[in-house]
Amino acid sequence: MSKPSPAHWIGLAVFLAAVFVAIPMLIAASGRTDFYFTLTSVALLAIASAGVWLMFYIGRIHIGQGAFALIGAYVSAILVTKAEMSFWLTLPLAGLFAAFVAVLIGIPILRLRGVYFAMISLVLTQVVTLTALALPITNGAKGITSIPLPGAISAFGITLVPDFADIENTRLAFYLTSCFLMVLTFAAMHRLVNSRLGHICRSMQQNEALAASIGVNIAHIRIIVFSISSFFGGIGGAMFGSIAQSVYPSTFVVADSVNFMLNCFLGGLGYVFGPMLGTLVLYFGWDLLFEFGRYQLLIYSGLLILAMLVLPNGLLSIRPDMFRRSSK
Amino acid sequence: MEQILANGVYLGAQYAMIALGLTLIFALMNVLNFAHGQMYVLGGFVTYTFYGQLGWPFVPALLMSCLTLAVAGALIERFLFAPVIRRSAREESTMLLAAGLAFLLDAIILLVFGEKQRGVPKIVNGVLNWDFRVIMPYDRILICGLAILSIVTFILFMQYSKTGRALRALAQDRTAAELMGVDVARYSMIGFAIGAMLAGLVGGLLVTITGVNLGMGGPTSIKAFMMVMIGGAGVISGAIAGGIILGFLEAIGLAVLSQYGDITYLVIFVSLMIFLAIRPRGLMGKPWG
Repeated sequence: MSKPSPAHWIGLAVFLAAVFVAIPMLIAASGRTDFYFTLTSVALLAIASAGVWLMFYIGRIHIGQGAFALIGAYVSAILVTKAEMSFWLTLPLAGLFAAFVAVLIGIPILRLRGVYFAMISLVLTQVVTLTALALPITNGAKGITSIPLPGAISAFGITLVPDFADIENTRLAFYLTSCFLMVLTFAAMHRLVNSRLGHICRSMQQNEALAASIGVNIAHIRIIVFSISSFFGGIGGAMFGSIAQSVYPSTFVVADSVNFMLNCFLGGLGYVFGPMLGTLVLYFGWDLLFEFGRYQLLIYSGLLILAMLVLPNGLLSIRPDMFRRSSK
Repeated sequence: MEQILANGVYLGAQYAMIALGLTLIFALMNVLNFAHGQMYVLGGFVTYTFYGQLGWPFVPALLMSCLTLAVAGALIERFLFAPVIRRSAREESTMLLAAGLAFLLDAIILLVFGEKQRGVPKIVNGVLNWDFRVIMPYDRILICGLAILSIVTFILFMQYSKTGRALRALAQDRTAAELMGVDVARYSMIGFAIGAMLAGLVGGLLVTITGVNLGMGGPTSIKAFMMVMIGGAGVISGAIAGGIILGFLEAIGLAVLSQYGDITYLVIFVSLMIFLAIRPRGLMGKPWG
């Protein structure tokens, strides 16, 4: 991953054109507006999955992203309904609060490695769900409902983003917003992975003790990476809550946290854009299999296992020369 | 007070058995078996079918649970885990497989047994009432006894049989065990089968008390993970200690904290995190096992 070649830029342009122009046109032409919701979800879940991927990048299996998504969703919902703040202001605040919680939790639990970290992170989602049920401000099991839609953003008298309540096609608006956030997230990820910090992360993935021995402050780095990861989780969760206009303790559960991890695995842990592809395939695949009714879960899990057997290193590991090597 | 202790022993014995299977699989293959709870549920449904539906006596029905799960575990290891471990670049890939397997078992249970809560007739009737200080139904005492008996049998098996010795050698050092002439592939399969069998056995035992339903799998897995974390992953004594500790915490928590609402597990989770911050490898775990 040295300097981006022209091919990279063309690929990026094609991707952006597809996401922001071609897909809305196709949906408008086919009239399947329900796809907007599906694709919006994919974009937001991909943001949260990106955070999980980042944790994999420093060699940690993070199965607790649902916790941070739930924190983000609640922070945004509480600020919008109780403090009547603009949603756009609460979005970064939700991310920052999730990151802050990550620092607090991370200081003790990031000392754990391997499956120990995986198991404790699996418990995190439960902790946040139970906390949301117990605290008065989160309104217990009833959750926070009828959250107003995001308002307008204007600077110097020019309206940059119109009030969502006035837009006819809110689905399209949410789709575009979510995709914009997703593009930003993955641009940040790409930048991060190719930065000095990214190199340090790779060295930690291979051997933490060795990284520490050459002067990397590993405790410091893993807190930073964990808080960035949780920031993404918080943003994704907050946006999700705003679209659903409600947040419940069951908005993100352990199964969601497991899915975030599966998205990364399926896309491929060695590729920055793996979580995006993984989320798209898993979420869309699940939706498409809906037609099989009661066999949906059977086929879905069967395909998942098959994918693991055939492509244990993720979908993006498909290369033309792979088949040559395997036939040897 | 006596009642809380009795509940603790009862919960602890069954939890320890669940944790044993999970920790055995982890020790042998470094696989975090997400599907453990589903295996437990499957065991419950098999016993339900033979004991509750077909009218077999309880013990043969229980053995059928063990047999089914052992065969399933062996097949899963041979055809799913072994190839993936061999071919994937990162060890963690088995987690995707395990999670997929959990979904698959859920789907199979849903298709074969349905989504309803199922129960079976009691194996023994009556309630032990010791001066109103300890009240415990006889069937719970019996199940608790059977669970303790199984744990003791398992420990003796691991300690003194040839297979048990091979499994322990494998858990300690894979390469060294292979060099000493242990058939690694074969014993990995046997170990996985025994781990799955233990899950099925607990499922079969508990179906007589709590019944069984599809949704029990996930929460059971999470509890099993917690016990393994408390005791230390991959250590048999740790799994037993973790199971008993969690059983007692739950029994005490339900008795003491119930006046503050449903916060027992929240308190347990938070104390677990504080505990792990002080002792990251659990009570008896090997450093970074």
